[in-house]
Amino acid sequence: MKYPYFPGCTLYTKAKKLDDAGRECSLKLGFELDELKDWTCCGATFPLVNDQHITMSGPTRILADTKDQGNDKLVTLCSVCFNVLKRTNNVMLNDEERRAKITDFIERDYHGEVEVLHYLQLLRDEIGFDVLKEKVVKPLEGLKVACYYGCLLLRPVKEIGLDTMEDPSIFEDFIRALGGEPIEFPYKVECCGAFQAVHSMDTATRCSRDILRSAKNSGADVVITTCPLCQFNLDDRQPEIQKSDPGFSSIPVVYFTQLLALALDLPAEELGFERNLIDPLPILKEKGVIA
Amino acid sequence: MKTVISRSQVKGDFVSKVAEISGENFFNCYQCGNCSAGCPSVDEMDLLPSQVVRYLQLGLEEEVKSCKSMWVCASCMMCHARCPKGVDISKIMEALRVLRLREVGAEGHIDVTDFSDDYLARAPQIAMISGYRKFLPL
Amino acid sequence: MGELIELTGLKDGEPVTCVAVFGDHADFESVPVDRRVMVIGGGITGITSAVDLGNAGYQVMLVDRLPSIGGRMLQLSETFPTLDCAQCTLTPRTVESGQHPNVLLKTSCEVEGLKGEPGDFTVSIRQKITYVDWNKCTGCGTCIQKCPSQSIALFERDAGRMTAIYTLSPQAVPNKPVIDAERCRYLTLGKCGVCAKSCPVEAIDYEQQESFFEVRVGAIIVSTGFDIYDWKNKMPEYGGGNIPDVIDGLTFERYLSASGPTAGAMIRPSDGKLVKDIVFIQCVGSRNPEFHKAYCSRVCCMYTAKHARLYKHGVHDGQVYIFYIDIRSTGKGYEQFIQQSVSEEEILYIRGRVAKLHRDGDKVMVQGADTLTGKKIEIAADMVVLAAAMVPNDGAKELADILGINYNDDGFFIEDNYKLASVETGQQGIYLAGCCQGIKDIADSAAQGSAASSKAMVLLSSVRRQKQEAV
Repeated sequence: MKYPYFPGCTLYTKAKKLDDAGRECSLKLGFELDELKDWTCCGATFPLVNDQHITMSGPTRILADTKDQGNDKLVTLCSVCFNVLKRTNNVMLNDEERRAKITDFIERDYHGEVEVLHYLQLLRDEIGFDVLKEKVVKPLEGLKVACYYGCLLLRPVKEIGLDTMEDPSIFEDFIRALGGEPIEFPYKVECCGAFQAVHSMDTATRCSRDILRSAKNSGADVVITTCPLCQFNLDDRQPEIQKSDPGFSSIPVVYFTQLLALALDLPAEELGFERNLIDPLPILKEKGVIA
Repeated sequence: MKTVISRSQVKGDFVSKVAEISGENFFNCYQCGNCSAGCPSVDEMDLLPSQVVRYLQLGLEEEVKSCKSMWVCASCMMCHARCPKGVDISKIMEALRVLRLREVGAEGHIDVTDFSDDYLARAPQIAMISGYRKFLPL
Repeated sequence: MGELIELTGLKDGEPVTCVAVFGDHADFESVPVDRRVMVIGGGITGITSAVDLGNAGYQVMLVDRLPSIGGRMLQLSETFPTLDCAQCTLTPRTVESGQHPNVLLKTSCEVEGLKGEPGDFTVSIRQKITYVDWNKCTGCGTCIQKCPSQSIALFERDAGRMTAIYTLSPQAVPNKPVIDAERCRYLTLGKCGVCAKSCPVEAIDYEQQESFFEVRVGAIIVSTGFDIYDWKNKMPEYGGGNIPDVIDGLTFERYLSASGPTAGAMIRPSDGKLVKDIVFIQCVGSRNPEFHKAYCSRVCCMYTAKHARLYKHGVHDGQVYIFYIDIRSTGKGYEQFIQQSVSEEEILYIRGRVAKLHRDGDKVMVQGADTLTGKKIEIAADMVVLAAAMVPNDGAKELADILGINYNDDGFFIEDNYKLASVETGQQGIYLAGCCQGIKDIADSAAQGSAASSKAMVLLSSVRRQKQEAV
């Protein structure tokens, strides 16, 4: 089974490990991520004002390409790409006026025919977490995982429809399927500061601190995310957090596909953990997840 | 501290434009403050999200235009996700940013030279792209 | 006036009928009218209706699905704006209706069907299994004392413990116990039988079957009351019921009650420590058209102020914070009550909603806002009390369908005319009273109970009746 796949810019470079692990794992799980041809950047923002159409031309072109290459689905791994493509597709489906404006401009014929799926959604709805559980070779026994959703995987709930807003469970169910122990922590759907990382650094630092403290206080060994921006804020802000709060103890932040890869017994040394600022290897070794 | 308001101010061009391009009706808001209570960026804001809406209701254009809050909003949509009246403040904040940027230009809100090489080497592309899209006129 | 044919006691099971004398207008007709009334729901509203009708000489059957009457008010501690003891106010009325020669209580009963027409209805009733023969039972309470099965108490809003054979409260009317089959060891495991052994009059009947009966009445008053919005399942942002020190207002009534699970002590459910910082949140699920209930629940402003004062009476150095949006205190003396709470009891009102509650150590972290100063507020509380929305009682819609009356999207029964006929329904002979029609406080509920009873009397003593199709 092949699923058309949109990696996005960050997964080609700085979040390569998110991408690599996702692709490798899919083969182990019996499907293949088939990279879309000639894809471009999604734009990384969905316009929140209704007189700004230009930022939707990129994602619309990607969706039209997906359709023209004979597909009715498009899988993403990155929360940002997922959110932008999904919301753009909703406009193509539901807003005739804006759809016409944008498709006329890019000279393409597109009416929202493609279903945008997140990889987690694919695992839950198309593969099945029960099947995933059977394929696990090395269960993440004893590993306490804080499943951090952030914003874009969930909100706006009515448009994204992946899970509920306050109390989602898809990520926890995923970790349970891998044999790990998801822990509940109150900040799992709070914002990490997002793009304020390149504007109001204080916001990103404080938001990340609250999330990490909450995860740590709830007993987590590791935080997982689907988003390279969340991963960056949560991982890279930690030295700064420590400066203002000497009592803060660090916690590694990894991609969900990296834990998936470990559970499917892919070699840890190929998963790019060396790019993490807070090294996850010590705790993963301590918990016996890797040798 | 006296502020005079009038019909022309309440229905002023600027606030009408904010309403138009955000698609939000400020008068749906009854000022319960739920958005402010849950907003992650409040520490860096000068007006609470609910106050931004209140200033718009009153038509206080200058105060709204000069507020810092719109610039530190992270578009996380938590305000909208919990608003009992369904007001999407992330759209209102974006409308304010967009109109401001169109009016006076980028004003140095974002500058790549502010960041160290090491920071840029690690920051993901989506951070830079979305940052530039949020803080440059479009 | 109509000729009174015969009046025999309802308790003897004989019909009581009068013949109405009728005018000559074409829309009116002459029919015999049954002068008995059924009141469905034995809270303060239904009790008021029943006693009024009884005092006026009408015979009343007061039906309640619970084992005893008294309804929600019996769960309350003290009542605003006078801070009277709720049970002290209510108990004389429950006793009066229990002993009234014209009022027959039918508890543990549910209405199953309705036939006939205004003035001559036949109502089918299901008598639920109580496992106790109430004809034999003397209400001595020995069985309750001996029962070894302890579980969470319904009456105490999950806060206290109760036995499997129980009465809802020590002042229950009728004061006769029932067995909760799901908790009873004999009925679940086949072992025990302690209550049967200890009963001096052999009233315990494990083999008891459900029974059905019909009753003929001329009019029906519906007063099925309210329940608390299911915030535990619908509001995960407030902990979804998983934070033990976050409770709703009705549960807090039990904590405030001298007869409640803590004997009135202000202690945390989680660990029994004294509550020193207490947060109240108003409009929980109310005034929220996007996700919950659009309406204002109308009594929360007042009972929250009452809660705060009663808490302060127990813990003088405790700090109270009340998150509110607007204060609605429109009853007689209500505004003064609020003002007093603020100035004399130094209760801190904070104008804003709370976005989220979460547990941090042994505290509940409250993330709120004060829109007056423009600050985001965080409070580490020992206990949080939610003024959760009030909703029509469970089963109200099913009852409305049986009775042929209408309800709105929120499930409240629809009156004939909100301003001028607020206790009448589109169905002549069926009247509404209390919270089933719309949220109201005790004073308004009792007033509406009296109004409904007088409307029923108008029909049953009327010289003519508007022509009706049979229901």
